[in-house]
Amino acid sequence: MDDTDRAIVNALQGGFPVSETPFADAAQSLGLSAEQLITRIKVLRQRGVLSRFGPMYNADRFGGHNTLVAMEVPAERFDEVTDIVNSFAEVAHNYQRDHRLNMWFVIAAETRERVAQVLTEVQDRTGLLAHDLPKLTEFHIGLKFEA
Amino acid sequence: MDVSARELDLISALSGGLDLCASPYARLGTVVGMSETEIIASLAALRERGIIRRLGVIVRHHELGYRANAMVVWDIPDDQVGVVGRRLGQCDEVTLCYRRPRRLPDWPYNLFTMVHGKDRAAVEAAIAGMAVREGVDHFPRQSLFSLKRFKQCGARYQHRQAAE
Repeated sequence: MDDTDRAIVNALQGGFPVSETPFADAAQSLGLSAEQLITRIKVLRQRGVLSRFGPMYNADRFGGHNTLVAMEVPAERFDEVTDIVNSFAEVAHNYQRDHRLNMWFVIAAETRERVAQVLTEVQDRTGLLAHDLPKLTEFHIGLKFEA
Repeated sequence: MDVSARELDLISALSGGLDLCASPYARLGTVVGMSETEIIASLAALRERGIIRRLGVIVRHHELGYRANAMVVWDIPDDQVGVVGRRLGQCDEVTLCYRRPRRLPDWPYNLFTMVHGKDRAAVEAAIAGMAVREGVDHFPRQSLFSLKRFKQCGARYQHRQAAE
């Protein structure tokens, strides 16, 4: 990543223009052409620096739902259970963490019912207990990273 | 919750990402059967109403050099968790702060804060410093560092007309 890539990442974590020529508008303040900006975003995405270029929604506001799930997975079953969990399109993140509850993932779906259904299917297919930890109060959501 | 079926179609079509081309909103319009002008007006309204929290690049923090992340969980008495949550949520070290339910006896923690850093030592130091500075060091807490990331993609919200 060079300085221009860093400037793009820092400037465009939110605030992408909604206009007829959004890339041209965003490129202007970065001293780039629309084509240059598009090419750089494509390269950053190919290299995995960006997971995607698009929206971050507040799912609560349109009836969607997401929850955090914690499971205690025996070491010898970890790969198999990972494959089962990740096979659901509704699973957005999955991390192994250093705790007895060692698998932590997010289920996000358009409805509360679908989230509950995925949770049930995960438990049925793995035979393991999945703790449902939905958010009760959101105190802060930042998650902007300086490049 | 005033979200129209057309808006849900748009939310669904956009959830996978915006096309990287000169007129991405016109292209999105062809997918959902709306004009570019309608798309622009609808997206501006969704953003205004806070349904679109953010639009732009979504980074993988690990690839940006934030190699360590800890989910720091706290057991805070229920009558104090609101005050403590607001307080920790304002700390520079914290990127996400949520109250979640306990699941006793397995899980006694009710406040979750995410802390990212360049390496594990930096994250541990940040957590310890914050706990003392904010006067919350006496509450039981654990830091669950991520060992491995298996999946990180955006949440996809499918709007199925047939399901209505």
